Amino acid sequence: MEPKTLFDKIWDNHVVEHIEGGPDVVYIDRHLIHEVTSPQAFAGIEQRGVKVFRPDRTVATADHNVPTRDQHLPIREELSRLQVQKLEENCRHHSIPLYGLGHPWQGIVHVIGPELGLTQPGMTIVCGDSHTSTHGAFGSIAFGIGTSEVEMVLATQCVLQPKPKKMRITVEGTLGKGVTAKDMILYITSKISASGGTGYFIEYAGSAIRSLSMEGRMTLCNMSIEMGARGGLIAPDETTIEYVRGREFAPKGEDFDKMAEQWLSLKTDERAVFDREITYDATDIEPMITYGTNPGMGIPVTGTIPVVNKNDPDAVSYYKSLDYMGFRAGEPMIGKPVDYVFLGSCTNGRIEDLRAFVHMIRGHKKAENVVAWIVPGSKQVEKQALEEGLDKILKEAGFELRQPGCSACLAMNDDKIPAGKYSVSTSNRNFEGRQGPGARTMLTSPLTAAAAAVTGKITDPREFL
Amino acid sequence: MPREKFTILRSPFVPLPVDNVDTDQIIPARFLKATTREGFGDNLFRDWRYTSDGTPNPEFVLNKDMYTGKILVTGKNFGSGSSREHAAWALYDYGFRVVVSSFFADIFRNNALNNGLLPVQVSEGFLQRLFELSVKNPDTLLEIHLPEQKITVVTTGEYEGFEINAYKKECMLNGYDDIDYLLSNKDKITAYEQSHHK
Repeated sequence: MEPKTLFDKIWDNHVVEHIEGGPDVVYIDRHLIHEVTSPQAFAGIEQRGVKVFRPDRTVATADHNVPTRDQHLPIREELSRLQVQKLEENCRHHSIPLYGLGHPWQGIVHVIGPELGLTQPGMTIVCGDSHTSTHGAFGSIAFGIGTSEVEMVLATQCVLQPKPKKMRITVEGTLGKGVTAKDMILYITSKISASGGTGYFIEYAGSAIRSLSMEGRMTLCNMSIEMGARGGLIAPDETTIEYVRGREFAPKGEDFDKMAEQWLSLKTDERAVFDREITYDATDIEPMITYGTNPGMGIPVTGTIPVVNKNDPDAVSYYKSLDYMGFRAGEPMIGKPVDYVFLGSCTNGRIEDLRAFVHMIRGHKKAENVVAWIVPGSKQVEKQALEEGLDKILKEAGFELRQPGCSACLAMNDDKIPAGKYSVSTSNRNFEGRQGPGARTMLTSPLTAAAAAVTGKITDPREFL
Repeated sequence: MPREKFTILRSPFVPLPVDNVDTDQIIPARFLKATTREGFGDNLFRDWRYTSDGTPNPEFVLNKDMYTGKILVTGKNFGSGSSREHAAWALYDYGFRVVVSSFFADIFRNNALNNGLLPVQVSEGFLQRLFELSVKNPDTLLEIHLPEQKITVVTTGEYEGFEINAYKKECMLNGYDDIDYLLSNKDKITAYEQSHHK
């Protein structure tokens, strides 16, 4: 048999039909939905007089619009409240399980999928959200779709997709002290650019990837889309199996053992060919920070903002970006003032991220000039943080643990960074206005965010370790 | 459901020579709260188009009277970031039927095609030529010929071919939509389920 990549194996196993000169009809094992990208899809199937084809393969939560304080009260903002109510109505009407506000499993869709065991190796998973790539950490094919495609999946449990090209990114070696999966993905994105992955699905491999926890792998796969790649995946191993074991919707007992054996066999064949291969050395990676308005504009936190020649074809867009940030080429990042710190999102809102942040700030005080929002990714993450007493340590240092949701990552709720203010954020996008109109975002790991939160300025987190 | 058919479009174009225009710029997240598909055009490029006090920004191309038309011509990596289909709806609702760029983000490309908005990918050289022409002559007329997969500058005759897969081309030409296709293949989907899932 011809050697195949992990991606090919899962994809080919889900092709219902190949349309000549067109896309594949791909069967979807798990469809995750949320309030923002689903209402028009439900309206669409209702207009066609069609029912949801496989409600048992569909799971919903409310995350994008929800407040991160006083979640027991009705949502104050009318449009947000209506959108969340619409999701409740749609789920009730179509018998779709909804873990909405007030439910102990509520949370960011890409945090709850894995923690409930809904995400499993070998699956195809979609959601009307580009960070669906997160679930690739389990060795599944997971990618974001638009609302018309949400409608397709609701109606037929399939999407039409052209098969992407394949890229393998191998990272060998050991990450240095204070260097995390977030730094790894910001590093890779800075190397291949915010569009270098477009048209590809990425497999991450190598010893540095293997040594990551599931949380770290999720952070890495989460930001595959920031290179333009539809998704990224990592072959399942013992770390994957141990994470999935015992979770609510994971297979149990003998069934689990049988599945685990099958999952462990999911890997790229030795002689399989990728369309593109890149290898990085983990020891080259330092704590990273972005200085511009796309995630490819990243440098080591100790670095200086690159100078681009005015004659370079990219110069206009580059300097427009620096203008927006209020930065100048050649300046160092260390010491730049910080107004806001955001810990959370589907990139860095899991328990390990909270622990890392708390570990750094323990024994210090939040800088007076900094407003900090510490937002757990889910109710279960929040519960665990409370059980571990992380909230108390945060409180002693002048921080508040808020309630779960997407929050300031995209500022659809009240958590908006004011115009012109500098935000150090553990989220995934530093686009203009992403965290609020005029907000200036610098993406970092939870460790670098914690260092900024206590010093009030951009700081090398290694000074605290 | 039937959509507007697309065959040949002749129109002047609106130049937006910016690279990496992400979907947060096309339609910021705070305007994603509607539960219908209509009306997003009002907030297309909201934070570039209007100043913080809500008045139109005269520097932004959509507020310049000399640039009109159903074709947006824009820099590479257009539509990156969020998967929000609202970006395609906003462009269509505003009146655009074609977006020309030297590079499109994957999800945006699919979303556009699913809404009758044609993404036309041209070479970087051709793109830069269009930007040049837009400065010299803001009325420059383009023709988008879908059956021949060709984009032509009507006044000068310069042209380039573009790619679109045969299936999507058929959908655009006839106003078909993917969901109709999938619904008519339910038996194949059920057969797949039976053979692959117990």
